[in-house]
Amino acid sequence: MLENAFIIPLIPAISFVLILALGKRLKGGAAAHWIGIAAVGAAFVLSIVAAVQWIDRSEDAASGDSHAAVVEVEDGDHAEGAAGGGSGTTLLATEADGEGEAGHAPTAQPVISQITWLQSGGVEHKVGTYVDGLSVLLLVVVSTVSLLVHVYSTEYVKGDRRYVHYFAFLSLFTASMLFFVLSSSILQMIVGWELVGVCSFALIGHWWEEGENSNAALKAFLTNRVGDIGLLIGMIILFFAAGTFDVFTINDMIAHGEIRHLLLLIAALALTAAVMSKSGQFPLHTWLPDAMAGPTPVSALIHAATMVVAGVYLVARLYPVFYDGYAIQSSSFNILAITGGFTALMAAGLAFAQWDIKKVLAYSTVSQLGYMVMALGVGAWTAAVFHLFTHALFKACLFLGAGSVSHASHHTFDMRKMGGLKKDMPFTFWTFIISSLALAGIFPLAGFWSKDEILVGALEGQSTGYPVMLILGCAVAAMTAAYMTRVIWYTFFGEYRGEGHPHESSKVITIPLMLLAGGAILGGLANLPTPVAEKIGIKGFAHRIETYAEPIDFLEPLGFSVAAPSLGMALVGLGLALFGILVTYLYFWRDMGPHGLTERNRYAKAGYAFLENKYYLDVLYTDIIVGSIKRPIAKATYWFNQNVIDKIVNTAGEGARDGGKWVYKYIDQGLVDGAVNGAGATANASGEGLRLVQSGKVQHYGALLFGSAAVLAIIFVIVI
Amino acid sequence: MLVTQFLLLGALLFCCGIYGVLARRNAVMILMSIELMLNAVNINLITFGHLHGDIGAQVFALFVIAVAAAEVGVGLAIVLLIYRNRSSVNVEDLDLMRG
Repeated sequence: MLENAFIIPLIPAISFVLILALGKRLKGGAAAHWIGIAAVGAAFVLSIVAAVQWIDRSEDAASGDSHAAVVEVEDGDHAEGAAGGGSGTTLLATEADGEGEAGHAPTAQPVISQITWLQSGGVEHKVGTYVDGLSVLLLVVVSTVSLLVHVYSTEYVKGDRRYVHYFAFLSLFTASMLFFVLSSSILQMIVGWELVGVCSFALIGHWWEEGENSNAALKAFLTNRVGDIGLLIGMIILFFAAGTFDVFTINDMIAHGEIRHLLLLIAALALTAAVMSKSGQFPLHTWLPDAMAGPTPVSALIHAATMVVAGVYLVARLYPVFYDGYAIQSSSFNILAITGGFTALMAAGLAFAQWDIKKVLAYSTVSQLGYMVMALGVGAWTAAVFHLFTHALFKACLFLGAGSVSHASHHTFDMRKMGGLKKDMPFTFWTFIISSLALAGIFPLAGFWSKDEILVGALEGQSTGYPVMLILGCAVAAMTAAYMTRVIWYTFFGEYRGEGHPHESSKVITIPLMLLAGGAILGGLANLPTPVAEKIGIKGFAHRIETYAEPIDFLEPLGFSVAAPSLGMALVGLGLALFGILVTYLYFWRDMGPHGLTERNRYAKAGYAFLENKYYLDVLYTDIIVGSIKRPIAKATYWFNQNVIDKIVNTAGEGARDGGKWVYKYIDQGLVDGAVNGAGATANASGEGLRLVQSGKVQHYGALLFGSAAVLAIIFVIVI
Repeated sequence: MLVTQFLLLGALLFCCGIYGVLARRNAVMILMSIELMLNAVNINLITFGHLHGDIGAQVFALFVIAVAAAEVGVGLAIVLLIYRNRSSVNVEDLDLMRG
């Protein structure tokens, strides 16, 4: 499966075509989802197979019996359905070169299968699949969440006017995302990156009849374009620096110091812009909350669990670029870390002032993505990837839970019209609570382990710690717990404030919720710290993500180190989360604290308005930046139009009128008429003369033709 | 092989053709003269093709022959129509384009 991983994205891609072609014929479209579920289910099974095979491969490499770490470069029938005989050439290359220098256990080399896509200027551009621990992890995450979302959607969008279209795009999205995470060249990554962007656009605007939704789709797409420029520039710089688009070669060259630091810095900066747009980092995060205009399962799949982590994945995949470019090893402050840290804090603040439950979750997503980016910025590679994994599980659960809640309470997302749903929707309530606690980072749920690792990563850093990021991270940990408690209060406690009678959703909706909540409980097992694993007697199960996924061969030569787990930090993180919950609990349940402060106190009110208006960022973009460019230009243009162009036109008009009179009198009557009459007379005379030549006899004409040809030929011979 | 001999033959044939086209009064004879000119061209083509060792010229000549056959077909049809309308194939009578 590792060599033929291209099959995994191919299946949903075929499903996309099938659904578009046949979907409407299956019971008038009502059964279109079966194709999608079958395809994604197959992709899910194959992803699991790939994961198991990768784990075997890692174990073999670690136990040392496969000393020949194999990089396979195959030309032939692989990748994206290209036909043709397989003349597979297997090269034994790059024998675990980190082994001697660093002394760690040899790690499994990535499995790369490629075909030549095109040849240009002596450079072969290859496409194919790059399978290592990271891509396998992403395969599992994407296909799992996608499968559950497919199942959930059959109930959630039942009877929708574009049911077939919806499932077609879910398939296409799954295919694009799987394609993206398997990319073996950065060129291919750009293609996948744009493909997921298009699917996101189409699905946000699924109900495009309402202008708001199609505006949100446009906003998402256009904001992403800003970052895409960065992506293109970064990729082009990498290409000219390394002479290839190949991910493995680029990382390998950086690991051996073959690319200049300055180039890497510029490339890293450009790629950071791309990460900002796709992963919703400040200041390009504004599209993500608006993207909640799409159907809720789409928000869960695309705008929480998978697509928005594309930016994080990009950094993780090309980590040597950032690690070397930003000098993460030796600094205690860099753009990537501060972007992530600041975004996490800012978005967590915004989550307090939202009434739309999905918007709260959207800002929470932005905040958690900021956490991941910050983790990458401080050198905690594994922590970031681990958090990506756990976050996908519990955030998908939260979004699907929000969908279930909205389903029950008359299709609203406004928390002011919910409340008291605890007794009516027990399954949704408990899964929501579990996922919220996981998000808040409460022991022993998934989020606790990954969040703790990020905080430890910021504490210890690489050669020096990252104090600023640590403070930001701690603040966010408390805030996350607090705003999630607020959501739970408004949604599930108190009295029901909406219309109709809320009811528990059907099993099709609650079973995915329960599975994801199970993931939110157990996800932490994927990367338990060694001391904890020893205590509960599964020592061999510690640090699995680190063991299987970390690209240590690239990072070791650059001085990469992994932070050791720290009990103190874990307690601090847990304490902060509990503190956040406690404060909110007292505020809402026990009615303590300064209630109504925002009405009474002018400063508090201003602060609330500041949050409610999302720091006025949208105002900044649309009114100030666009406005300041648009309005003066419009004004200047108007003035120019009125005073300059009009004047010119009027003057020209008057001049033309006066000129016209003069021209009529002298030129027209005198000169032109004379000339016209003269021309007529001349034509008449010459026509009379030439008339003689026009005998009407073909042979005459022929004789003239040949005669002149002969004359020309004679001239030709004489002259040449 | 003397290339000039074939070129002279071609030129002679071409001149015969020109004479026929210009001097004959019978439309059918004019068509036949045009055929002569085309064949002169063919001889030139094949001569130069042989000189350069290029088989393409012969292929070209075959095409010219095919096109000439089609052209004669169309030309004779026109001549037939002229005969039906005017009971004559004398080109001297056909001066409708006289200025």
